[in-house]
Amino acid sequence: MRANCWQGKKKMQVEQVPDPKLINSQDCIVKITSTAICGSDLHLYNGFVPTMEEGDIVGHEFMGEVVETGREVKNLKVGDRVVVPFPISCGKCFFCTQGMFSLCENSNPNAWLAEKMWGHSPAGLFGYSHLLGGFAGGQAEYARVPFADVGPIKIENGFTDEQVLFLSDIFPTGYMAAEACDIKPGDTIAVWGCGPVGQFAMKSAFMLGAERVIGIDRFPERLRMAREKVGAETLNYEDVDVLEALHEMTGGVGPDACIDSAGMEAHAPGLLGAYDRVKQALMLETDRPIALRQAMVAVRNGGILSIAGVYGGMLDKLPFGSVMNRSITIKTGQTHVQRYLKPLMQRIENGEIDPSFVVTHTMSLDQAPHAYQMFNDKQDECIKVVLKP
Amino acid sequence: MTATETMNAPHEQQTLFFDDGTQTRLTKFLGWFSIGLGVAEVVAPRMIARISGTRDHGALIRAYGLREIAVGAGILTKQDPGPWLWARVAGDVVDLASLAGGSRRGGRIATAGAIAAVAGVTALDIISAQRETSPERAVPKAAHDTERAEASVVIRRSPDECYQYWRDEENFPRFVSEVRSVQRTGGKKSHWAAGFEGSTHTIEWDSETNEDPAQRRITWQTLPESRIYISGAATFEPAPGNRGTIVRVQMDFDHPGRTLTSPASRMLGKHPEQILYKSLRRLKQLLEVGEVITTEGQPAGRRGSTTWLDKIAR
Repeated sequence: MRANCWQGKKKMQVEQVPDPKLINSQDCIVKITSTAICGSDLHLYNGFVPTMEEGDIVGHEFMGEVVETGREVKNLKVGDRVVVPFPISCGKCFFCTQGMFSLCENSNPNAWLAEKMWGHSPAGLFGYSHLLGGFAGGQAEYARVPFADVGPIKIENGFTDEQVLFLSDIFPTGYMAAEACDIKPGDTIAVWGCGPVGQFAMKSAFMLGAERVIGIDRFPERLRMAREKVGAETLNYEDVDVLEALHEMTGGVGPDACIDSAGMEAHAPGLLGAYDRVKQALMLETDRPIALRQAMVAVRNGGILSIAGVYGGMLDKLPFGSVMNRSITIKTGQTHVQRYLKPLMQRIENGEIDPSFVVTHTMSLDQAPHAYQMFNDKQDECIKVVLKP
Repeated sequence: MTATETMNAPHEQQTLFFDDGTQTRLTKFLGWFSIGLGVAEVVAPRMIARISGTRDHGALIRAYGLREIAVGAGILTKQDPGPWLWARVAGDVVDLASLAGGSRRGGRIATAGAIAAVAGVTALDIISAQRETSPERAVPKAAHDTERAEASVVIRRSPDECYQYWRDEENFPRFVSEVRSVQRTGGKKSHWAAGFEGSTHTIEWDSETNEDPAQRRITWQTLPESRIYISGAATFEPAPGNRGTIVRVQMDFDHPGRTLTSPASRMLGKHPEQILYKSLRRLKQLLEVGEVITTEGQPAGRRGSTTWLDKIAR
């Protein structure tokens, strides 16, 4: 089959590789009909995620048709149309039974390595480094899906791929970030990063009862999408001082909750941005927590900081004194996707949201390397790419 | 120049290899060499990649650089540099493997040169490591001075279920990758065969298992005629909050050569304590979900389905 492989920093290649086969008895094989590039895939592309190896098949947002099932699989049969969540979860360990699927104790065969780096290991993920299991991803014609009874959700309602595909990651991810804000009527929520996760976080904040949502980015097309498709107010951080603007907009109180959906490669104009770029290049810090720092000081006293953006390692110059002295609650985590599949599918069926609004480009899998470059450089107003194998 | 000094001169040169002080000059040289190379790898990884004809793996080369610095510091500061020298040898093997697999197009000649250079240093490392860990230099150890490994895991099953699984020795090859086969040989006795993945070397021994009537503890010990010595105990106690069972394992062992407990084996994730812990994680998978999750056999855009990192991690 053809698969998009990471071959080094800024080097993706579509290669001919063997078809996947059933390995564990609870696996199924999915013939992929749609697969997307995630903003977090750009961290792989730019070489900021450690333990990627040349030849790794990437991609963790995919859906398709079940073509083969292992002998222990009970809930799925050949021919089922499914969306596959990006965390791999056994469904039986302590964390899975508590609904914390992205912390599954049994799905990361390389857990020991992750423990060395992070103290404890989270779940294995599709196509997201050997630290997180080294599983082949879904930017391919076929994928092997472990624990097939636990993850995939059957699609039986006739929605298009684009309308349900993002249940695999970014819709639940944005939703979980908004849910973490514990939104009460009248709340103001500020969101750093108006990429697809940010768009879903803003949309979800409204669905959960927020009165005002403020999106922060620097790309006009993303800010426009936030205004026109989500109904948010927007700030361009290249035009205004974000902290001052938020201060003014909230009468000096600050947003009730702040969501960081930018993550480890945030940008900032001027000296601060340059400082982090230099430190990251010298490997003196692994992440550029620029949005995170701003969100930390912007949030109101006693407010919530919700982090959906991916971070990898050691962060520098975080204003933690502000967090402690002002009673800020921090909530974060890889999304427990399996927990949100049914409720969010319900919201799609109710017509509360049509997730396909984020798609700007549909391309063939063979164009994946070009799509990555375009998405990374924000060319052609690219916000979300769907690939067709 | 006095006559004595003249006579000493050739001897002085040889002391690079044959000094009887606390550390040989060769050892010191290798320590400083490690630090020098390490700094170069951290500061100028591109240059290192160019010189050695490899692909531009900045992050990897920097990581190797940090390793070199750590090992160099270990060699120079520890009273017993032996283990650190063996760590250098292990590092050399990693370097050689990386060079062999990492040559870029048009860089083959440069890589061949780099391999020759590393091989030369490897020879020095082995000479020095052997000297520093030779029996004459070693601190005398008490007879039957065993090493201990301990690990524990929480399994979402009852103590009885965990106990029953553990008491069947023939289950062990399913979760201890290094155990190739176990046969019950009657009564409490069993015959074991083990070896590392990819190695044809097998070590065999006979063991005796003892259970307690309350089914909360199992102990075992190699029979006296075995070439290696292992004694161990596993306990199975209920975890608080109805979260299953805490399985704790403690093993004491001794074996000829002691290669298993070298820093090199620790770096490769194959120190007995690491093997024990990883085995317990797999036992947890077997008891909680009925199988051991793996990526062995999946497709990839390279020759193998897994990589060196997976091998260290598992």
